Amino acid sequence: MTTTVPPQILDLVSRVTGDEKHDPSAHSTLDVLWVLYDQVLDVAPDRVDDPDRDRFLLSKGHGPASTYAVLAARGFFPVEWLDDVASWDSRLGHHPDRTLVPGVEIGSGSLGHGLPIAVGTALGLRARGSSARVVVLVGDAELDEGSNAEAIVVAARFGLGNLTCVVVDNDSDPLGWPGGIGARFAVEGWATAEARTSDHAALRDALLRTERDRPTVVVADASRRATGVAA
Amino acid sequence: MSDMRARFYAELDPVLDAQPDAVVVLAVIGAEGAAPAAARHPGRVIDVGIREQALVGVAGGLALAGLRPIVHTYAPFLVERAYEQLKLDLGHQDVGALLVSTGASYDASTAGRTHQAPADVALVSALPGWEVHVPGHEDELAGIVRREAATTRRVYVRMSALQNDRAYPVDGRLHLVRDAAGDAPLVVAVGPLLGPALEAARDLPVRVAYTATPHPLDTAGLRDLAGGTPVLAVVEPYLEGTSAAQVSAALADRPSRVHHVGVPRDAELRRYGTPRDHAAAHGLDAAGIRRRVKGLLG
Repeated sequence: MTTTVPPQILDLVSRVTGDEKHDPSAHSTLDVLWVLYDQVLDVAPDRVDDPDRDRFLLSKGHGPASTYAVLAARGFFPVEWLDDVASWDSRLGHHPDRTLVPGVEIGSGSLGHGLPIAVGTALGLRARGSSARVVVLVGDAELDEGSNAEAIVVAARFGLGNLTCVVVDNDSDPLGWPGGIGARFAVEGWATAEARTSDHAALRDALLRTERDRPTVVVADASRRATGVAA
Repeated sequence: MSDMRARFYAELDPVLDAQPDAVVVLAVIGAEGAAPAAARHPGRVIDVGIREQALVGVAGGLALAGLRPIVHTYAPFLVERAYEQLKLDLGHQDVGALLVSTGASYDASTAGRTHQAPADVALVSALPGWEVHVPGHEDELAGIVRREAATTRRVYVRMSALQNDRAYPVDGRLHLVRDAAGDAPLVVAVGPLLGPALEAARDLPVRVAYTATPHPLDTAGLRDLAGGTPVLAVVEPYLEGTSAAQVSAALADRPSRVHHVGVPRDAELRRYGTPRDHAAAHGLDAAGIRRRVKGLLG
């Protein structure tokens, strides 16, 4: 268990991106990914087909360097795969493909698909009597897609306590969310929590907390304001 | 013979009994018909409201969790509104679902263009790994639904208001229904257009074959029936030429003359009336098909 993303993980991210310096603002999802796989999710490389594994769905398929780095660090595939991302011979693309990468639960890239799929998987796990959780990561700008609005309602009405949606808010939505992102979920009955991505203890607590009869949204503040990175 | 749609709803209860992994997913349409099955199988009929993106996205998630989604709504909302979900949430995730649409082509003739999707078969068959069935009889529908509820394939079943007098095997094969001389032109009728095609051909020297499965088409059967110098008409109750690529690939090694008969793609028919009126306007009633088939003779 760590309180910051370990340097070796940042090195793995750099192997994907080719950047020598570690710019935290370039990887707004990395903190969430690391806390999830380090402290929250019940999944491991030898259990990628276990029906009762916890699922992490990267809905925001853009910039999957953080996901690839964390999965490689946890042993889901060899770290050497990070060195030639998106080449002809690589299984790792600029958007991930679940059929090519062990540990990747959905292929994503087109925005607004992960949350509806996560709702279906949470319904399916509940129907099978599984205690596994589904955690789906979306971006604040990705929430623009109307499919998310559909899924937010459905998840709440079906009382999906096994579903957590992490919204990584890096202030990239052009039109903004007056009243806050969490309010969009709260009005439909979701439990809400907020944490700065730089505060791993708070992130962990928010990601571990679930309620039996309703889904949870964690708004992870990755804005420059929250991470202390100068604009 | 009952309504094909009513038969589908009646089949849900035994299908849910027989397939413990099957789950019905709806977007309001069909909720009333599925109510008896929902009452007998709590939690296994999921109505997401009028949310077609969620309808198909949820189906993809259910399939990823190992369940067998049976997804049902009107054809334009299932295929056109949620097309990217068919492509990504099912196909790209490499999972399957059994989609069953109602409102074929111009069945909703009084509802207008919003409720019509004659391009559905072309759209679905443009995506990898899908099978498309167009049953011409309620017993064919029941057979396909029972069988495919037990698989994990990507299957699109298109229900129709029009039905043929009898059911044929739903084995994916072309079935010769009306014979003539071996070198007589061949009419391939899909689904509920078999009846009008048989009437059209009643005294003409042509053979008539039938299939309820246009995709993948039984190309081996087509080559056998078509012979060395094929002259044929493909009569489909949806967008004209939908099967043209498959037919042309099947007959690529021989000189052939093929007429494709279906819903014209060049203009929107801005009229109401009955499905029969629309069939006549599109040349898909017996008289219209007969005109096209006669073009193969002489």
